[in-house]
Amino acid sequence: MHHANPLNLNRLGPAEGRYAGRSRHFSTARREMEKLDMKTPIIASGFALLASTAMAQDSVLIVYTYDSFVSDWGPGPQIEAAFEETCECDLQFVGAGDGAALLARLFLEGAQTGADVVLGLDTNLIASARAMDLIAPHGIDAENLTMPISWDDPQFLPYDWGYFAFVHGTDLENPPSNFRELADSDLRIVIQDPRSSTPGLGLLMWVKAAYGDEAASIWEGLADNIVTVTPGWSEAYGLYLEGEADMVLSYTTSPAYHLIAEEDDSHTVAAFEEGHYIQVEVAGIVNISNEMDLARQFMDFMLTPAFQEVIPTTNWMYPAALPAEDLPAGFETLVVPEIPLLLGVDEAQALRQQALEEWQAALSQ
Amino acid sequence: MASRAQPVSAVQRAGAAIAALVLLAVLGPLAAVLWRAESLTGLGPADIAAIRFTIWQAFLSAVFSIVLAIPVARALARRSFPGRAALIALMGAPFILPVIVAVLGLITIFGRRGVLNEGLAALGLPGLEIYGLHGVVLAHVFFNLPLAVRLFLQGWLAIPAERFRLAATLGFTPRDIARHMEWPMLRQVAPGAFLVIFLICTTSFAVALILGGGPRATTVELAIYQAFRYEFDLGRAAMLGLVQVGICVVAGLLVLRVAVPAAMGTGLDRPLERFDRQSGVQRAGDWLAIALAALFLILPLLAVLLRGIGGVASLPGSVWAAAERSVLLSLATAALAVVLALPMAMLIARGRARGLLETIGALSIAVSPLVIGTGLFLILRPYVNPASSALPVTGLVNALAALPFLLRALVPAIEAAEAGYGPLADSLGMTGRQRLRHVVLPRIRRPLGFGAGLAAAMSMGDLGVITLFAAPQSGTLPLEMFRLMGAYRTDDAEAAALVLLVLSLLLFWIFDRGGRVNAAT
Amino acid sequence: MLRLDKVRLGFDGFTLAVDLQVAKGARLAILGPSGGGKTTLLSTIAGFLRPDSGRVVIDGQDVTEKPVQDRPLSILFQEGNLFPHLTAFDNVALGLKPGLKLTEQDRADVARALDQVGLGDMGARKPGDLSGGQRSRVALARMLLRRKPLALLDEPFAALDPGLRREMLSLVGDLCDAEGLTLVMVSHDLRDAERLCTDLCLLEEGRVILNGPLQPMLADPPDALAPWL
Repeated sequence: MHHANPLNLNRLGPAEGRYAGRSRHFSTARREMEKLDMKTPIIASGFALLASTAMAQDSVLIVYTYDSFVSDWGPGPQIEAAFEETCECDLQFVGAGDGAALLARLFLEGAQTGADVVLGLDTNLIASARAMDLIAPHGIDAENLTMPISWDDPQFLPYDWGYFAFVHGTDLENPPSNFRELADSDLRIVIQDPRSSTPGLGLLMWVKAAYGDEAASIWEGLADNIVTVTPGWSEAYGLYLEGEADMVLSYTTSPAYHLIAEEDDSHTVAAFEEGHYIQVEVAGIVNISNEMDLARQFMDFMLTPAFQEVIPTTNWMYPAALPAEDLPAGFETLVVPEIPLLLGVDEAQALRQQALEEWQAALSQ
Repeated sequence: MASRAQPVSAVQRAGAAIAALVLLAVLGPLAAVLWRAESLTGLGPADIAAIRFTIWQAFLSAVFSIVLAIPVARALARRSFPGRAALIALMGAPFILPVIVAVLGLITIFGRRGVLNEGLAALGLPGLEIYGLHGVVLAHVFFNLPLAVRLFLQGWLAIPAERFRLAATLGFTPRDIARHMEWPMLRQVAPGAFLVIFLICTTSFAVALILGGGPRATTVELAIYQAFRYEFDLGRAAMLGLVQVGICVVAGLLVLRVAVPAAMGTGLDRPLERFDRQSGVQRAGDWLAIALAALFLILPLLAVLLRGIGGVASLPGSVWAAAERSVLLSLATAALAVVLALPMAMLIARGRARGLLETIGALSIAVSPLVIGTGLFLILRPYVNPASSALPVTGLVNALAALPFLLRALVPAIEAAEAGYGPLADSLGMTGRQRLRHVVLPRIRRPLGFGAGLAAAMSMGDLGVITLFAAPQSGTLPLEMFRLMGAYRTDDAEAAALVLLVLSLLLFWIFDRGGRVNAAT
Repeated sequence: MLRLDKVRLGFDGFTLAVDLQVAKGARLAILGPSGGGKTTLLSTIAGFLRPDSGRVVIDGQDVTEKPVQDRPLSILFQEGNLFPHLTAFDNVALGLKPGLKLTEQDRADVARALDQVGLGDMGARKPGDLSGGQRSRVALARMLLRRKPLALLDEPFAALDPGLRREMLSLVGDLCDAEGLTLVMVSHDLRDAERLCTDLCLLEEGRVILNGPLQPMLADPPDALAPWL
């Protein structure tokens, strides 16, 4: 029980353990939780759980994260239990839509924020987060990271990462091996909008990182392959599963879900020669937190196996600090791109507006 | 009738107070965003393009919804057949479904691998593409046609039975009936129906983008989303929110110029019996309209049913807990919506500041839920814990969102009641609550039941403000469904969507039925 | 002119069983308590209700199976005789051509009918701008214009004050004389019947209690008529 029961209307869901057997197997999470309703697109944020029912003797650590991290199928419940075993504290997750919504919530709250730690921003959001001047240096020597790129950001520490990739059925003949082949093919793809979705933004950066000034012409070539652009990951993936498109922008780890949770090996990803853009998910300590020590303790915990081992089959991403041999069975079948791509935080920020305009111009014709 | 002199009653004072409250609840959050932004950001060419597209697609969607609803409502008004009531209730379903569920349902029928295209392919015909402006309009018609049908159906049933008898004695042809009885009714109902559908389509976002096929289909709502989420530009968001208010006010003023006040006179309530001769062609036309509408609306729902049915038994407990929460929230929302709408509708029916009040009523669907949610968050954050205020705030916002629909349904009925029995009530000195209880309520049970059902069902399917305030373990059913979808758990998500559909329909049906018990019409 | 031949009609525990004849040019008042079956009887003659058995004959023609619009009659209802969005002129003209595609001759006829009821200069007004008496006159004008031999009146002037009602009744009488109409009027007031009608039919619990020429009955009232005097 993490929190007060508003209006007594909500019977809390089952204790985490009750479905543990299933959830270990089936659960997953996704950074994209944008709700999209004609009447009511959602708004940033989740909610702050201020103190409420915390056990009196314990200190409380409040971690803002994206909604799917804390859902019954996300890593949240297991991680909370594991951390509370060691910290003698009350860890409270506050879910706030998707990664962008999380940052928007932080922005709206500013110096009044109730968060001690923010967990779930991705590389494309770091520059904006830094500009808010709310994140303290983490002071942790992250030498055991197992990512294919180096990481030395003083404020943001990664906890998981993944390669963006186009998922397709294994029955697809001659899958493209680069963007140009894709553009020249008759394949139909679904992508996400970079203005409302972090994978969408990731794809924008992928094309920019791989093709630079030629990005605009790549988009022009892709325009007739794109069935449609969705506001978030869920809709795009849903359309793909529905058969509306041959391929969908997702992650190289997506087939792992189908394989491990559904015992379905009919999905794979196309390996692109120009390399695959990486999404890194990070956490940071809020610099006005009253629980600095506890927050650091959580950041340390984040890179330990107790946290990292939960990630692959709940978040369906690669853990940031777990050797490949410790990954669950099934992960070894995944396509591993040869070239990891990632623009520097400031570089990505500088290129974003131009890339967005190129994208919009090419697809609006 | 428009301005009979009479004392201002408690109910009318309440109506005015509620109107002020509604205005505050809509514009207050916008002001809060603006205040926080400190200055407005000018709009760029992309914003202008988004505004143009938003208005154009909403206009087309509203026009098609209205035009197509007329023959369907007419056919339903004059044909009786077994299952008619069930069909009418089912037709309420699309309006209350979460967008993504409805879109996937539509795609099962109209998509690339959809039933329609498979059928065309089997006949050797070229396939149809759903993505594009026509796809957006198709989806919006799917959502809003049933609403328009219901509003028109109410209108048809409100035509006094005497008038049909008179028409019969005068030997009216169907054309004459259309001209002298149906057209005046349509002129009374259509502008208001057009306005609410137009406005609700102006805040469309996911449907427009998904079915619009790409950034060509960028709406104001998406621009607001982008401003909030990725640019942290509250000034631009507030500016776009003001644009939405502007669209609403202009559309409201234009529409109300076209609208004519009710002049239906009064009649004894009797089931719609018609004595006019109807040709075989007409009868065939009616059946065709009913059949096409039923297929168009029900096939996608059937798709939702078929996909979901297998997974219902194995749904996780959290989904059922969320369902319970959603039902309670819906009931509270419906009650609140009725309490807000009734006094306002009575005030409007009295002809006082009609344009202003109707526009205020419509504002709550014209202004982005994103802006309202963010504004409320900014206002409430310093005083209350967002988590503990999640459900009350959601109830309030949902009730506000249902308000225009309730007003649409209630105002004509109250006007008719007042036109018929107002003078009598005046002569007896009945005002305020007495008048409400004895003159108005007995004659508006049907639209009231419909409106309350709609409010409850809309609240069931709504995935709006709750995401902003809710705790992870206190999500509503649609939120839970979306979480499942975001976690790859498509089967569970489809089962949850089915539960949502069934519960929404059930709520709607109970209220709607309740309105008809012992009501003659 | 009008014959109801063993007409029987039952619903909701109520049964109407009537045998009735009305001579051409006669003016029959149907009198009786509420719920006695007056309006049911009128609706049966008009064709809004179909009898379970028996025949309705008008002008020698069996109309039992005919819809309202094919019967040679006009009706004035208690209320709702006029369309509120049409002018008095158009409301009258509906009696000639529901489509309102009027020839010069039609317009002249409508104007004449309005003149006959004393509303020659009110044609442009809408019902909302007319008094109750004037509205009744508009409806009456339309009835005249339709030139149907049988006129049915369902307490059409009940809402008017006594003076106005007297005036309307005598106007109806004059018009019936002028046009040679046969008339059946439902009423709950013997005095109204006396003013206009030649015959009387007293209806209670769906059955005819009294039936015959009015004047002899008034001269020597049978017991059944006592409560109505």
